[in-house]
Amino acid sequence: MAIEANGKTFETDEEGYLTNLGEWEPAVAEVMAAEDDLELTSEHWEIINFLREYYEEYQIAPAVRVLTKAVGKKLGKEKGNSKYLYALFPYGPGKQACRFAGLPKPTGCI
Amino acid sequence: MAGAEFETPELSEYIEVPELVEGTMEHITCFVAKPEHQEDLGFPGEKVENWKEVAIDKMGDLLSRYRSFQVFMDACVKCGSCTDKCHYFLGTQDPKNMPVGRQDLLRKVYRRYFTFAGKYFPKLVGAVDLSEEIIDDWYSYFHQCSQCRRCSVFCPYGIDTAEISMAAREILDSIGVGQKYCNEIIGKVHKIGNNLGLPGPAIADTLEGLEEDVYEEDEVAVKYPLDVKGADILLVTPSADFFAEPHVDGLIGYGKVFHEAGVSWTLSTKASEAGNFGMFIGSYENMRRVSLRIREAALELGVKRIVFGECGHAWRIAYSFLNTLAGPFDFLDPDYPVPQHICEFTLNEIEKGTLEFDKSENDDMSITFHDSCNVARASRMGDTPGGQFEIPRKVIKAVVNNYHDMEWDTIHERTFCCGGGGGLLTDDLMEVRVKGAKPRMSAFKNVMEEKGVTHLAAICAICKSQFTKVLPYYGMDMFQIVSVHQLVSNAIVLNRKTPPEEAPGYGEDDDE
Repeated sequence: MAIEANGKTFETDEEGYLTNLGEWEPAVAEVMAAEDDLELTSEHWEIINFLREYYEEYQIAPAVRVLTKAVGKKLGKEKGNSKYLYALFPYGPGKQACRFAGLPKPTGCI
Repeated sequence: MAGAEFETPELSEYIEVPELVEGTMEHITCFVAKPEHQEDLGFPGEKVENWKEVAIDKMGDLLSRYRSFQVFMDACVKCGSCTDKCHYFLGTQDPKNMPVGRQDLLRKVYRRYFTFAGKYFPKLVGAVDLSEEIIDDWYSYFHQCSQCRRCSVFCPYGIDTAEISMAAREILDSIGVGQKYCNEIIGKVHKIGNNLGLPGPAIADTLEGLEEDVYEEDEVAVKYPLDVKGADILLVTPSADFFAEPHVDGLIGYGKVFHEAGVSWTLSTKASEAGNFGMFIGSYENMRRVSLRIREAALELGVKRIVFGECGHAWRIAYSFLNTLAGPFDFLDPDYPVPQHICEFTLNEIEKGTLEFDKSENDDMSITFHDSCNVARASRMGDTPGGQFEIPRKVIKAVVNNYHDMEWDTIHERTFCCGGGGGLLTDDLMEVRVKGAKPRMSAFKNVMEEKGVTHLAAICAICKSQFTKVLPYYGMDMFQIVSVHQLVSNAIVLNRKTPPEEAPGYGEDDDE
C-alpha cells in the first residue's frame, strides 16, 4: 500500500502506517487525516509534534498518561485528559495520532 | 482508518439462540505475519511448498505430545450441548462458530489421516483431504475463537475448544501461515521484554510520571520502583498497565497498596510483561521462552515473592503452568503462594486490617464485575475453590458502596468472554470483536437498567481494552470500564506519610 502526498509516494503497511519513519513529512499527516475525514488544526499538530519528539527520545509512542500530562501542561489542565484527545482523534490518540505522526502502530493488549 | 463496514447487533433482554446463517463470517481474515515475525519465533517465514505434508506431520506430532488433543478429536458425540454457548456464534449466527463446528474443521482432517475409518471409508465418517480451502477456513475460524473455554464448561466430555484452536494455530505457524498480531508481539517480548515494545527508559519515564501524579494528589511519596535489587516482591504486570487507560489506574492502585502494606517491591524491565501470547498460538517453546524471563528477573533481582498484576491469561499461565515452564521456584519464600495474584495480596492486607478505605470516593459509580475467562475457567486464586470469583469481588466490595452482579448464567464459570481475548484484540478483527461482545454487552446493559449499575470492573488488560473499544458500538461510553485496583486506588487512605525528601523531584532545580 502507499499514499500520495506532496507529489511523492510513501509506502505504508496494510494498516496504513508509514513503512519508513524517516520519510515522514507534514503533508503525510494531512493526507492521512483527509482520508479519515479530519482536518488538522493547530491542536492536532501539538499532539503530532509531541508524539514525534517523544518517539525520537524513547523509540516508542508515549503512554496515554504521559501524553495527557504533557498536553495538560502545555495547553491547560482542562485539556489534559483522554476525552480531549479522543475528541481530536476519534480512533484513539495512540493509534490514529501515531499513524498521522508516522510512528509504528503500538501493539499489545491495548 | 475506518475498518470494513458491518452492523452492530442489537442487544436483547435475554440471550436468544439465533437462527443459523451459513458463511456470515467466512470473509473474516486477519493480517498474516511477515517473514521476520515468523522467523523470530522459529517458524517458516512464508507458506512452505510442501505445506500439506508439514501440516499433517505437525498434527501427528501434536497428537503424540498432547493426549488431551487426541481425546478431544475422538470424544465428541455431537450431542449439541456446546452449540449455543459460544459468544461468537451468538453474535454472528455462523454455524462454524459453534464450538462443535469449529472443532470439526480440524476433526475432519484428523479423521482422514489418523483414524482407520477415515483412511478407508472417509465419506462414512465425514473425513476429508486437507486442501487449500481447509487451510483458509482454519485461518479464518480459528482466529474467531478467543480460547475462552465457555463451551468446555457445558460439554459432557469436557472437550476444550481452546486447546483445539491452539493446536490449529500451531499447525498454521508450522507451515508458515501465522497471525501478524500475535507473532509480532511475541517477537517484541523476546527482543525488548514486553508486548508493547516499551524500552526500559520509557518505562522508567512513565513510572516517574506516576510518582509525580500521586504526590500531587495525595502529598504522599508512593514509589513505583523499577529494577530494584533486593526488593521482596517482584510485580509482573501486563505492559498495557504502563501504557493504556484504565489499566494504568490499576497500576497506580497496586503501588498504593504496597505502600500502605509497607512491603518492598519492584517492577522489572526484563519481566515487564505478564502476558504470554505463546499460549494463544499453542507454542510451548515460545510460551516457555517468555516465561523464563520472569524466572531470570526474579533471580537477578533476588526477590522473595512474585505477584501478578491484573492480566487474565497471564494468571492462567502463572497459576497453572509457571512452575513446569520456568520452575522450580525453590529460591522464593515458601510461606507465600508462588505466584500470588494482586487481588489475593490486597485482600490479605484488607483482612489483616492494614488498609483503610473511604468507600464514598467511589460513590459516583455503581459497579459490576466481569469475570475474565482465563481467571474464571482456567485457574484458581487463594486456597479455596471458587476463590477466583470471590477474591476480586471481596476486594471490590471492600472499596465501593454500590455493587451488583450480572445475571448468574453470565458470570463465574459461565462468564461470557469480552470478545477480544485469545489473540483477537486487533483492529483487523473488529467485526468479530464487536459481534462476539454481544452476550456480555447484553448482560451489562441489563444490570445497568435493572440495578442502576454504571461501571464494569475487570482484572484483565485485554478485557479492559476490548470494552473501551466495543462499548461505544453498543451505545455506551468507553469510560465505563474500570480496573479493580483503580477502585482500590480511589478509596484507599494513605496513612503512611513520607518525609519531604522522598517527594518526586526533591532537591532538583525547578526548570519549568
